[in-house]
Amino acid sequence: MVVADRVSKSFGTNQVLRSISLTVRRGEVMCMVGPSGSGKSTFLRCINHLEVLTAGRLSVDGDLIGYREANGKLYELHPREAARQRRDIGMVFQLFNLFPHMTALENVMEAPQRVKGQPKAQVEQRARDLLSRVGLADRCDYYPAHLSGGQQQRVAIARALAMEPKLMLFDEPTSALDPELVGEVLDVMKGLAESGITMIVVTHEMGFAREVADSLVFVDGGVVVETGRPGDVLSNPQHQRTQAFLSKVL
Amino acid sequence: MGNPEPADPCESEPIRAIRLRHPWRTVLAIVLVLGLALFVIDAAQRPAYDWPSVAKYLFDRRISQAALNTLQLTVYSMVIAILLGVVLAVMRLTPNPVVKSVAWFYLWVFRGTPVYVQLVFWGLLAVIYQSIDIGIPFMDPWYSFETSAALSTFMLAVIGLALNEASYMSEIVRAGLLSVNRGQEEAATALGMSWFQTMRRIILPQSMRVIIPPTGNEVISMLKTTSLVTAVPYSFDLYTRSRDISAETFNPIPMLIVASLWYLFFTSILMVGQYFLERRFARGVGERRADRKAPAGSGPGDGAGPVAGKAAVSPERVDA
Repeated sequence: MVVADRVSKSFGTNQVLRSISLTVRRGEVMCMVGPSGSGKSTFLRCINHLEVLTAGRLSVDGDLIGYREANGKLYELHPREAARQRRDIGMVFQLFNLFPHMTALENVMEAPQRVKGQPKAQVEQRARDLLSRVGLADRCDYYPAHLSGGQQQRVAIARALAMEPKLMLFDEPTSALDPELVGEVLDVMKGLAESGITMIVVTHEMGFAREVADSLVFVDGGVVVETGRPGDVLSNPQHQRTQAFLSKVL
Repeated sequence: MGNPEPADPCESEPIRAIRLRHPWRTVLAIVLVLGLALFVIDAAQRPAYDWPSVAKYLFDRRISQAALNTLQLTVYSMVIAILLGVVLAVMRLTPNPVVKSVAWFYLWVFRGTPVYVQLVFWGLLAVIYQSIDIGIPFMDPWYSFETSAALSTFMLAVIGLALNEASYMSEIVRAGLLSVNRGQEEAATALGMSWFQTMRRIILPQSMRVIIPPTGNEVISMLKTTSLVTAVPYSFDLYTRSRDISAETFNPIPMLIVASLWYLFFTSILMVGQYFLERRFARGVGERRADRKAPAGSGPGDGAGPVAGKAAVSPERVDA
């Protein structure tokens, strides 16, 4: 589903990602863990072309992200085509980024209605279904400012799902939440994982990673240090840096 | 507070203290009211104000027509200025350095010279460019207009006011666009929305909250700046018209009062309009206002548990 081939990214002279190669299979849930500033979020943002790679190739479902390759040359995609690629990739942000001037329902309806041009009645029905799926059927008409952090993040998940993505990216979805609200968001994500959608989750929730993920990647300094089944990596880390990191978080 | 709860032996006695007096506040208030009253009584009797003339000319046909012209000048030039201002603001935020510089240059020229001078220039347009040609440069034009015939002084006044105002509006819009969190643009982009959709549906509506108050200022300022269009020369606006009338009657003071009353009337209407616009665009962010759509007494929280109880306080606090 997602194939990263020696992906590198630098901001000026600061190299954030160094030749990351990994593969995520269809239906797989991959968790990325690692210290802050290790490049996990940047990698996630590269997958839907919010950041532009400096080297390497990244493809989702066989489509090269951000470029078109022909006759051995790379052509930058028109923003319209890049937007088309992003439609199929849902993203959930650390700070929710809900649209504050729209109600929860309007937030979920916005993209299917404007981007896909689906009829309003149909979109609204689906949006209500999605909101009840994340346990917010009674919060449809609330503005984000009147929802708790956990509820906002669940609306954000529903908003991403409304585009029926092939792939969901979660960028530290619970890091900005009060500890007591983390559980409700993780429960929704667990439900999603069970539904078979492909997910890449950047997280610090090791319990979630152990329980839900099919694979776990430990990133540090822009490099994949260790990868494997979550149980193996978490209980029996091979690399010294992984051991040092896990001894602090677990 | 205020509920007659049954006496609880554990509860302490409510405070019933003598309120602190503020004698100087009272003195100041009396002095101000007395001063104002003196001024009003004096003004009512002073012959120079000539109140009968004020009453006579307040609804004079020439004056009310001039007031309408002033209103039209304000509305037309403001609409053009806002549209052009949005374009210029977006131009300044594009990555294209040429487009950016053009917008900057526009701002530099039109904000850097007095509007009065600009209006005189527009009045002389027909002298500088005798005809307006449409066609391919250096070829015979397809259409040709004589400038003085094609553009009335009213149109020149609108153009002059609008182009000057657009430079100010572009800065206001730019500030508004920059005030919207970058995460909003990212979220919209990640959903596959195009740049234009993101702008129109996500960024602009949110920036309105920042844009409207100073724009209201600009509209009111524009209403008064229209009194300068005599420089074009366009002479059917409120101020110029009332000056013309006083030139016949040799009695300028009541005419100035008449014009001022009309300006004040329009300004008051604009202020009411601004209030409603601000309320409209405070949707979802107006923390100082209880959410209309949410059922009264309930707030964030899952409908159960301590979160709901805690948040339910906020709507009441707003009303208090």
